[in-house]
Amino acid sequence: MADDIISEMAAPIYLPYRFTAGRAPARFLAQVRRGVLTGQRCPRCEKVYVPPRGSCAACGVATEEEVVLPDKATVESFTIVYLPIPNNPIEPPYIVANLVLDGAHISFIHLLSECDNQTVRIGQRVQAVWKDPEDWDYALDNIRYFRPIDEGDVPVAHIGHLDVDGNWEGDT
Amino acid sequence: MNPVAVVAYSQSECRADAGAMNEVEMIMPQLQAVYEQVGIDNAQDVDFVCSGSCDYLQGAAFAFVAGVDALGAVPPICESHVEMDAAWALYEAILKIRAGHAQSALIYGFGKSSPGELPTVLSQQLDPYYLAPLWVDSIALAALQARLMLDSGAISERDMAAVVSRARRSARNNPAAQFAGDATIEEVLSEPYYLSPLRRSDCCPVSDGASAMIICTVDQARAWGCPYALITGIDHRIETHHLTLRDLCDSSSTRQAAQTAGAGEGHIDTAELYAPFSHQEIILRRSLSLPSDCIVNPSGGVLAGNLMMASGLSRVGEVFRRIVAGDSTRGLAHATSGPCLQHNLVAVLEAA
Repeated sequence: MADDIISEMAAPIYLPYRFTAGRAPARFLAQVRRGVLTGQRCPRCEKVYVPPRGSCAACGVATEEEVVLPDKATVESFTIVYLPIPNNPIEPPYIVANLVLDGAHISFIHLLSECDNQTVRIGQRVQAVWKDPEDWDYALDNIRYFRPIDEGDVPVAHIGHLDVDGNWEGDT
Repeated sequence: MNPVAVVAYSQSECRADAGAMNEVEMIMPQLQAVYEQVGIDNAQDVDFVCSGSCDYLQGAAFAFVAGVDALGAVPPICESHVEMDAAWALYEAILKIRAGHAQSALIYGFGKSSPGELPTVLSQQLDPYYLAPLWVDSIALAALQARLMLDSGAISERDMAAVVSRARRSARNNPAAQFAGDATIEEVLSEPYYLSPLRRSDCCPVSDGASAMIICTVDQARAWGCPYALITGIDHRIETHHLTLRDLCDSSSTRQAAQTAGAGEGHIDTAELYAPFSHQEIILRRSLSLPSDCIVNPSGGVLAGNLMMASGLSRVGEVFRRIVAGDSTRGLAHATSGPCLQHNLVAVLEAA
């Protein structure tokens, strides 16, 4: 009797976890809660990580020194998203970009908005648009998105090598 | 086999809850410790790196990749991972060295078990059709195994309590232990049942932490000039996942692994056994036919602290430590994985 053959069974798995970000990310998130972006500097190669994970992945050493960074950044790379993602409140098309904060050496991913999608480019200068302070939480989406600012593009070779004041070698 | 030298080992404290620390933050101090023991700078100074961890402990897919952030992998290193206890990462590293593809290797294991409900998480390693959907947890299965042994007369509750009492006493000399003390057999027996016939102290605790080890060829060990012990044999065997098809009162896979690792080719004076439950230590001792004068679990074993994915490697490390300290000349290290001692690894270590 073919009807008696069990061909499929549902065995849903649900496991609760109490997630912890890590000591270094927790310090970062506590500062983000106050609207401050802090990176951590590798004692060996002196690169600044933001968001920090507690180690320099390149050198394999703990990053302890904290560096307060501005909320200005440079576009390292980007993509224009046309496909809607379930449960994502953002209407496509929108831009997801790898951004390097001034004074940092590693990019992180955030949204880019208030811009013409067709003219977004690598090296473009952008700045954070923050939520209202009363809505700030322990999360990087305290920044709603980044938007372009009226500053000259950074040449590709210098992206990720700006100082905390946004200067790069050879900048005038 | 050509012996492989163990030259460094370090293990973190076993902590019930590592707090805010993430896995990378747990691993890094252990890596620094083994680098210092050998006198090297970082993972660039060994030929091969292999780690052991389980993404189910963190509840995040590919969580093990983040562990690599502790290594310093620029320029690229030769690196591998097992979704198992790091004792099996050691096994892979030994194969790599014996195949001539590496002269030295770094092995590390880590587990932060406290964020989840570990016994329930471990139920998901059971076969997905019959047992995993029932959510039988690891303690329940161990309790059934202990009941089987008690009912058959293979052990008594006093035998189990004697294991706990000795583990607690031995752990007093282990600064990394989570549980240590001088509980007598009577005191253990006076505890209420936790999951009959198991008392809480029959069960290993849930612990967070990491351990690391460096192994190499004998030539490399001499070049580094640090004290070392030799792994003269290693093997691992696994039994069926159908619990009812196994003799749960015996561990044939442990016995087979010990035979092929050459355990019987000389006197074993020390054994570190990965027995997460007191009655399982008795199964292992009998399966291994350990001599009566063999010192079992001088570290307190995993009843003193159980670092998932690291405690197996630590068993090897604890034997290494005793050999280098001159307290042992030939020891056996055992690691286990799976429910009721399903999968077992045995390594034999000797003084150089």
